[in-house]
Amino acid sequence: MIKDYFTLALGSVRHRGLRSWLTMLGVFIGIAAVVSLITMGQGLKTAVTGQFGALSVDKLTIQNKGTSFGPPGSTVVEKLNDRDLRIIKETRGVDKAVTRLIRVINLEYNKVSEFTYISDIPNTQEGSKMVYDSINVKAKEGRLLRPDDNGKVVLGNNFESGEKFGRKIQVGKTIQLNGKDFEIVGILEKSSSLQLNGVALTTTKDLEDLLNIKNEYDIIIAEVTDQEEIESVAADIENRLRKDRNEKIGEESFSVQTPIESLSSVTTILNIVNVVVVGIAMISLLVGGIGIANTMYTSVIERRKQIGVMKAVGARNKDVLMVFVIEAGLLGLVGGIIGALIGLGGALGISLIANQALGTTLLKVSVSIPLLMGAISFSFLVGVLSGLLPAVQASKLNVVDALRN
Amino acid sequence: MTPDKLIELKNVAKYYEMGEAIVKALDSVNLVIEKGDFVAIMGPSGSGKSTAMNLTGSLDRATKGDIFLSNENIEEMTESELAQLRGKKIGFIFQQFNLIPNLTAKENIMLPMLFQGISKNERERKAEELLKLVELTDREGHYPNQLSGGQQQRVAIARSMANDPEIILADEPTGNLDSKTGKKVMEFLKKLNEKNRTIIIVTHDPNLAREYAKTIYSLRDGVIESVERKVKNSWKKVSEEKKKKGG
Repeated sequence: MIKDYFTLALGSVRHRGLRSWLTMLGVFIGIAAVVSLITMGQGLKTAVTGQFGALSVDKLTIQNKGTSFGPPGSTVVEKLNDRDLRIIKETRGVDKAVTRLIRVINLEYNKVSEFTYISDIPNTQEGSKMVYDSINVKAKEGRLLRPDDNGKVVLGNNFESGEKFGRKIQVGKTIQLNGKDFEIVGILEKSSSLQLNGVALTTTKDLEDLLNIKNEYDIIIAEVTDQEEIESVAADIENRLRKDRNEKIGEESFSVQTPIESLSSVTTILNIVNVVVVGIAMISLLVGGIGIANTMYTSVIERRKQIGVMKAVGARNKDVLMVFVIEAGLLGLVGGIIGALIGLGGALGISLIANQALGTTLLKVSVSIPLLMGAISFSFLVGVLSGLLPAVQASKLNVVDALRN
Repeated sequence: MTPDKLIELKNVAKYYEMGEAIVKALDSVNLVIEKGDFVAIMGPSGSGKSTAMNLTGSLDRATKGDIFLSNENIEEMTESELAQLRGKKIGFIFQQFNLIPNLTAKENIMLPMLFQGISKNERERKAEELLKLVELTDREGHYPNQLSGGQQQRVAIARSMANDPEIILADEPTGNLDSKTGKKVMEFLKKLNEKNRTIIIVTHDPNLAREYAKTIYSLRDGVIESVERKVKNSWKKVSEEKKKKGG
């Protein structure tokens, strides 16, 4: 019986051709938005959190305020220094700590110069191991920088092609950093962090000499003995540094970030984006639903006579109700299927373009069958709900009134 | 109270409210339709003949009085029971054909059976049989707008037959047809009547009524003015006492 109602409903949806398509438009825009966003959402999350790959779960990052974005060092008045390092190292629960510099430098190769990020690898065995641990990189060509590799440089994966310099960059060649010669000993594998792909690494000593600085650092990374206590260690470090610097609570010139904090701030941003887009999608679905309701109302008016005939030949009120509800449901369903396909296609397309533009394979799209099924069922439901009132109206039509035209 | 009594209207009235005024479309009508009869309900427009047909066909409810269909009082039935009964016992043919435009000829014929819960195979079988009966087998996949008026009305006749009803109610069945196709349609109805179906037609055409019907009810201003029966090719008035009884 239900199958027959479907056939009937499908017939009249098809019969109205263009109008049915237009009605479905609202639904499929909404569904496409939801599906593409959620499909991409996971990939987006992986990609963005990948940027924080440098932060392992047992490491705290202490940095001067204002160094989160852009080249650090340019905006900050008071630098982290050896005194801070000592305080951090002496804090209970801190296993070891290492300083990092992240700056911008002029890199020249094949007579083309380019500004690029540069960071340092400590000259100590322990320090370099810790840095490598935390940034998690491997050499694709050559090798990683050793603690005593003064005068040598390792470059991020983006440099390999030598695109910007008009010549391929290879291990063994020489580049100039701020005019000084450095031998390339390695090129890194592609990393999940975009920053690392474009970085040059030298030893701490070389970088300090190049920049002509001493006893100033952009970041101190502290490894804790017990991962469970990372929050309280972070609080201790914050207290001690504040006291040492004579600063008030809330007015610190530095910040101590736990990996969870940085991750959660990213997650928060992603969630906000999600909420906004899902909100827009919901509005679109609402409008789509109203569109369906509107179409169904017009349909009821236009087909009064048909309803009368159906009733005359034995259709009960509930038969008429079912036919109209299913018809509205079908509008939602087909809209949902098309929307889901468009959403999926959109997500794949965007990730393809984004990956091409960024030169990574970060933005992965995962097709989720439950999501698609959910979205399609939801749009069917939107259709059914929107069609309910018009269908009730149709079913209650008086036969004689309906037949009279 | 003959045993063959199929439809009986007892003191039936139908009033419509038109703002303040009450229009009496039918007033105290009594009539009995027997099984196997070919009835014509006649009268000028506004005489109440359409109302009479709607009530007889259980499409509408009376304001007063009782309507019996196979000795069951339809005024006591729920709307849903009424729909079921109507679908099973009465086949409708309309002046405007009233086929569903987005269904093919065959699907239109299958429709009444769907509401009786008949299986698809059976519906198709029956529809094909009926298409053959109305000589439209080659048009089964055509939509109403691809058929001529006469063909549409034949599809409508086939549809009215779908559930093997005892009664076929036709409201001006030839009203939208030229005389030649109209005649053909009437011949089909005659054939059905010969197979012991009760046919009720509503018409304003006296020639048509006299040619095909066996009983003619003439209505005027909501009351039955006369009842005539065909006895051996001549018409005999039998109405006088009925009219009095009703008034």
